[in-house]
Amino acid sequence: MELLDFSFAALADPTRRAILARLVLGEATVLELAKPFQMSQPAISRHLKVLETAGLIEQRVDGTRRPRRLAKPALDNIDQYLNTLRRALAANYDRLDQVLADMNQEANSIPTQENQGGPK
Amino acid sequence: MNTTANKALSLRTEGDTVIIVTRRFNASPEAVYRAHTDPAIVQRWMLGPDGWTMPVCISEPRVGGQIRYEWAHPSKPGFHLTGEYLELEPSRRIVHVERMFLPFQTPDNHCETTFERDGDGTVMTMRMTLPDAETRKQMLASGMEKGMETSYARLESQLA
Repeated sequence: MELLDFSFAALADPTRRAILARLVLGEATVLELAKPFQMSQPAISRHLKVLETAGLIEQRVDGTRRPRRLAKPALDNIDQYLNTLRRALAANYDRLDQVLADMNQEANSIPTQENQGGPK
Repeated sequence: MNTTANKALSLRTEGDTVIIVTRRFNASPEAVYRAHTDPAIVQRWMLGPDGWTMPVCISEPRVGGQIRYEWAHPSKPGFHLTGEYLELEPSRRIVHVERMFLPFQTPDNHCETTFERDGDGTVMTMRMTLPDAETRKQMLASGMEKGMETSYARLESQLA
């Protein structure tokens, strides 16, 4: 779930979502990305760093240029998706074991509760 | 009690788009089915990794009934899932469709969940069918574009 958690945080920011939307159209350099947002290059670079850590974008080396492009989306990568799913389901079902045990106890305790209505 | 067998979650794939999950529980099919459809119970366990809660849990277990789960975390942005029930056979089978909003929308996931008595327990099998990789990519891209429109609309309102 770690990468997915990073992805949520990365996508929570409107500028970062807009950067991703721009990269859907094709790769772009920091300078090209900074222009439409009227932001400084360091500010854009900080957003790019967050997106890179989340595994959403990657750098390509082209001479002196370092254009950014969309990484293979986390949800598009079936192996990564399966690992995330397996961990989430394992945590859920371990919790469900306990909930089912509690449900069973609650069902069994109904007559006991009625008994407790009497003198103690 | 066979705890080891219970904890063994089996997850396998069939082709590119089908995921089959199997898990055994020490409870009757009636109880496991109820735990999957009664919102007051779903809210107690369908929480993913530790730290998450489900402040909104809507589940209307009837054909055409709505599903809406909203997850929250003290320090992370929340997300939600919506879905609809397509077929229901009490204590035996659930067919539903769901999609997540992360905030971009993920492709529809079609799920068939069956509950089979196994001694004093239940074997649950969930068969999930995802759209093909190309459809997933297109939907992700269109979700990003929607995100861009929202951001531009917000920017315009701030500049106005």
